Amino acid sequence: MAQALYIHWPFCLSKCPYCDFNSHVRDRVDQAAWAEALLTDLRHEHAVGGQGPLRSVFFGGGTPSLMPPSTVAALLSEAERLWGFAERVEITLEANPSSVETRAFAELEAAGINRLSAGIQALDEAALRLLGRAHGLAEARAALDAACARFERVSFDLIYGRPGQTLDDWAAELSAAFAYGTEHLSLYQLTIEPGTRFATDARRGVLVMPDPDLQADFFALTRQLAADAGLRPYEISNHARAGCESRHNLTYWRYEDYHGVGPGAHGRRGGVATARHRKPENYLAAIRNSGHGIQEERRLIIDECVTEALLMGLRLTEGVDLGRLRRRFGAAVDGALDHRRMAHLQTLGLLRHTCDRLWLTEQGMPLLDAVLGEIVRCEPQRTVTA
Amino acid sequence: MTELSLIRNFSIIAHIDHGKSTLADRLIQACGGLTDREMSEQVLDNMDIERERGITIKAQTVRLNYTARDGKTYALNLMDTPGHVDFAYEVSRSLAACEGALLVVDAAQGVEAQTLANVYQSIEHDHEIVPVINKIDLPAAEPEKVKAEIEDIIGIDASDAVLTSAKSGIGIEEVLEAVVARIPPPKGDRDAPLRGMLVDSWYDPYLGVVILVRVIDGVIRKGLNIRFMQGGTEHLVDRVGAFTPKRVDLPEIGPGEIGFITAQIKEVEQARVGDTITTVKNGAAQALPGYKEVQPVVFCGLFPVDAADFEKLRESIAKLRLNDASFSYEMESSAALGFGFRCGFLGLLHLEIIQERLSREYDLDLITTAPSVVYRIQLAASRTEDARELYLHNPADYPDVNRILSIEEPWIKATIYTPDEYLGSILKLCQDRRGIQTGLTYVGGRAQVSYELPLNEVVFDFYDRLKSISRGYASFDYEQIGLREGDLVKMNILVNNEPVDALSLIVHRSVAEERGRGMCERLKDLIPRHLFKIPIQAAIGGKVIARETIAALRKDVTAKCYGGDITRKKKLLEKQKKGKARMREYGNVSIPQEAFIAALRMGEP
Repeated sequence: MAQALYIHWPFCLSKCPYCDFNSHVRDRVDQAAWAEALLTDLRHEHAVGGQGPLRSVFFGGGTPSLMPPSTVAALLSEAERLWGFAERVEITLEANPSSVETRAFAELEAAGINRLSAGIQALDEAALRLLGRAHGLAEARAALDAACARFERVSFDLIYGRPGQTLDDWAAELSAAFAYGTEHLSLYQLTIEPGTRFATDARRGVLVMPDPDLQADFFALTRQLAADAGLRPYEISNHARAGCESRHNLTYWRYEDYHGVGPGAHGRRGGVATARHRKPENYLAAIRNSGHGIQEERRLIIDECVTEALLMGLRLTEGVDLGRLRRRFGAAVDGALDHRRMAHLQTLGLLRHTCDRLWLTEQGMPLLDAVLGEIVRCEPQRTVTA
Repeated sequence: MTELSLIRNFSIIAHIDHGKSTLADRLIQACGGLTDREMSEQVLDNMDIERERGITIKAQTVRLNYTARDGKTYALNLMDTPGHVDFAYEVSRSLAACEGALLVVDAAQGVEAQTLANVYQSIEHDHEIVPVINKIDLPAAEPEKVKAEIEDIIGIDASDAVLTSAKSGIGIEEVLEAVVARIPPPKGDRDAPLRGMLVDSWYDPYLGVVILVRVIDGVIRKGLNIRFMQGGTEHLVDRVGAFTPKRVDLPEIGPGEIGFITAQIKEVEQARVGDTITTVKNGAAQALPGYKEVQPVVFCGLFPVDAADFEKLRESIAKLRLNDASFSYEMESSAALGFGFRCGFLGLLHLEIIQERLSREYDLDLITTAPSVVYRIQLAASRTEDARELYLHNPADYPDVNRILSIEEPWIKATIYTPDEYLGSILKLCQDRRGIQTGLTYVGGRAQVSYELPLNEVVFDFYDRLKSISRGYASFDYEQIGLREGDLVKMNILVNNEPVDALSLIVHRSVAEERGRGMCERLKDLIPRHLFKIPIQAAIGGKVIARETIAALRKDVTAKCYGGDITRKKKLLEKQKKGKARMREYGNVSIPQEAFIAALRMGEP
C-alpha cells in the first residue's frame, strides 16, 4: 500500500519568526528515549499498515539534521527490515547549514541518506538576519559546497518576496543559487502565518509585506528564471531538472498513500487519515502508554478523499489525473467539481480540462487557492473515528 | 376617583444628559412610588435601546401620590414623552394630555438647541412651564446665567426657577411643591358623556394590549362597553388602573386623570394613538380634536443574512408589530438578497430602532437596503393598461420610463436650531440636498433656520451629517408639506454588467452623477478582487454615468504545503467556503453583505 515514509523530528535550536511548523525548542533532548520512541512508533505503523517496499523516506522537522546520525541509521535499518526498500529508494533529510550540522554530513550519508534538502532560505546576509536564521551567508555557502560534494542529490530552500526585496535583488540571488547546479530547488514565497512572530509584526505594522501585485510579479519571475536555468517548475514552489523531482513529495501531491511517524506527523493509508500528537512531551507519553503516537485515526469519506486529491494535485504543473482518480473514487470525482465554474475559469485562461486531466495554466498557478475555492465543492466533514 | 383640584398632569422637557431621568427617579422615590431596593436606574426608559441611547421611544406615565405642605394629597401624573421628530405625533398627543411641563436645564451647560423645539411645542399646548435648573452642585454651575438664558432665549420668566441637584437629592421637594402650586389642575365634567384620549398603547404578553388614556370628561370603569370613535370598534373594559410606577388596579378613572385600561384587545393596531374613547351607550357626539392617522414615510427592505432565517424574521416582525402599529411590512424578494420584507417607518430613527430590536431581541442578522420614500407616479396608458396613478415605495418596482408622465416626491419643512458657528456648514448641507431656504433668525448665540427639503434627500444620511458637522449641537425637526413634482430618475448599479437590485436608488437628476460616483468608488473598496476584472457602473436607463473597475486578483496561493498535512489545507478551503456563503452572487461576482450596508451609507461619518 503506502510506499512512502515520513519521519518527523520536532526540535530546533531556535524558532524562526516565519515558521508555523511543528517545531519546539528544548534545553535538552533525551536522545536515547527519542530514538526508542520513534522506533516504537515506526513498528506500530508497520504493524497496522505495513506492506512494502518503500520507495521513499523523508526526515522532516523541526531540524532533523540535529538528530544523532546513529538515530537516523537505526530508524532506516528498522524501516528496511520491516518494509524493505525498493531499488533506488529516495532517502531525504532536511538539514540546516550550521557548521556542526555540516560536519555530520558524512555520518548521515553513511547512515543511508542519499538526498539532502538544505534550509538555506537566503543567499543574503541581511535577509538571513531578517528571517531569524541561526546561520550566516558564509555558513550557508560552506554547507552547500559540502552537500554538493557529499550527496548525489541535493536540493535547497530559499524564501523570497521578503519585505524590502526588489525583483532585481531576487533575480541576482537566484542566479547565485543556480550556480550551485543542484538538480532541485524549493523556492517559497514568504507568507505570514497566524501565530508566528511575523504575524504579530505585520499586525503592528513593523513588517510590511510586498503588495499582492508585486507578489504576483515575484512569483512569475521566479518560475521564469528557474525554467530558464533548466529547473522546470513542477509544483507551486518546487523546481527540478527532468526526472529529478522529489519522489517523496510527489506522493503527497499525487495523493498516494504515505506513513507519517513522529510528533505531529500526518499519514494517509487506505482511506484512513492519521495524525500523531504534536507536542513532544505528549507524544512520548502516548508512546509509553499505548505503544504508538497516534492522536487521531479517522476514516475519510469518499468526498473528502476527492477534495484532498484535488487540493494536492492541482499544485502540480501536470495537474490531476482524473482518469486515475475516477478509478479510485468513482462518480464522487465529478460530483466534487463545479463544472459551470470550471468552464468560466477556462474562458478566463486560468484552467485547462480534458476528459482525463485537469490542470492550471501558468496564469492560473498563482491563483490556485482562489481557483480551488471556485471549483471544488467542499463537503462538510462527517467524522468517523476509528 | 380624584377630585380635579388635586390632580396635576405634567411632562419633563430636557436635553439629553441634563438629568431628566434622574429627576424623574427622584420624584418617584420622594413620593414612595418605589422603595430604594426597587429603584433601578432610570425607571422610565424600559427598553435597553432607550437606556443606551438616552432616548424615550414609548410614552410612559407614572402616578405619584404627594402629600404637599398644604396637608392635601395630590395625584401627580408624570408623563415621559418620546423626544424625537420621528415620533412627533405621539409627542403631541402626550403633551395634549398634560397641563404643564418641567423644563430641566443643566446649570453648567445652559439651554441647548434640542430643548427649544420641545419647549415651543409645549408652549403651543398652552402649558405652564416650570423651569428647573439642575446640577447646581457642579463646580461649573452658573444658575444665574442660566436663568438669564432661559428668559432671553425661550422668553419665559425664570426668576422663580427651582434649583436642584437630582443626583444629590437637592430641591426635590421644591420641585413637587412647584408642580402643585404652579401647574393648573385639569378641567373636566364627571357627568358628561365619556371622552378619553388614547395617549399610547402597547402589547403586554400577559394583559394583551394596554391603553394609556387621559380622561377628559366622564368616567371609565371595569365592565364598561367602550367604543373607539375613529377606529369604530367596541370593547369591554376588563381592567382599569395606573402605574406608580408599579401597576395598580383602580376602580375607575375620572376626568383629568391619566391611567390605563385593558379591554381584551389583541393588536395595538386597533388602539390607535389619538383616538377618542367613549361609551357604547350614550356616547359622546363629538370626538376630541387632533386625531391623525400616522403613515409610514420611510421605507427599506429588511432581509435575513442567512436565508434560513426568513421564517424567524417573519415571526419576529409580526411580534414587533403587535406592539408598534406605526410600521408596516410586506413580503419582498430580491435577486441579490433573497426573501425579506419591505417595511415602512415613521422616520430614520424609527427604522434604526426596529432594526436594532430585531437583531437584539430576536437575535437576527439583517441586511437593510437603502431607505427610500414614497413617490407618486402618473402613468400614461399603454396598449394593455389604462392611465393610472402609482405609489412607488420600492425602486425595484420602478415602471417603464416611457409611460411615466410625472413623478412627485414628498417634501418637508425642516427647522434646524444650531449654535451659529455651525450655520455655514449647515446651510451648505441643505443647499447640497436641494433645499430651499425659507427663514433664518438669530436668538442669542443660536440660529434657527428653516428649509424646504425633499424627503428623499433627508432619509439619505442627512441627520447623521447634520449631527457630525454640528458636533451634535444642531437639532432638527420636520413636518411633511406634501408632494412636489421633481426630475427624478432611477439609478441602477451594475456589477460586472448585471444590475444589483438591492442597490438601485431613485435620485434627482441633478445629484445622480455625484451619488453614482460615490457609490461606485465605495463598492470598489468593498468588493474583494476576483479572478477577473469587474466593472462597476452607475447607470440611468442605458446611460452609464459613473464607472470604476476592480482589477483582477493576481495572486492567491499557499506557498508551502508541508509534510502531508492536508487537513490544514482543507480547513482553509472550508473557511473560504464559509466566507462565500455570507456573500451574494451577481454575475459571477460575490458581494459581501457588508458591502450592501456600507455602500448605502453615503458620506463620511
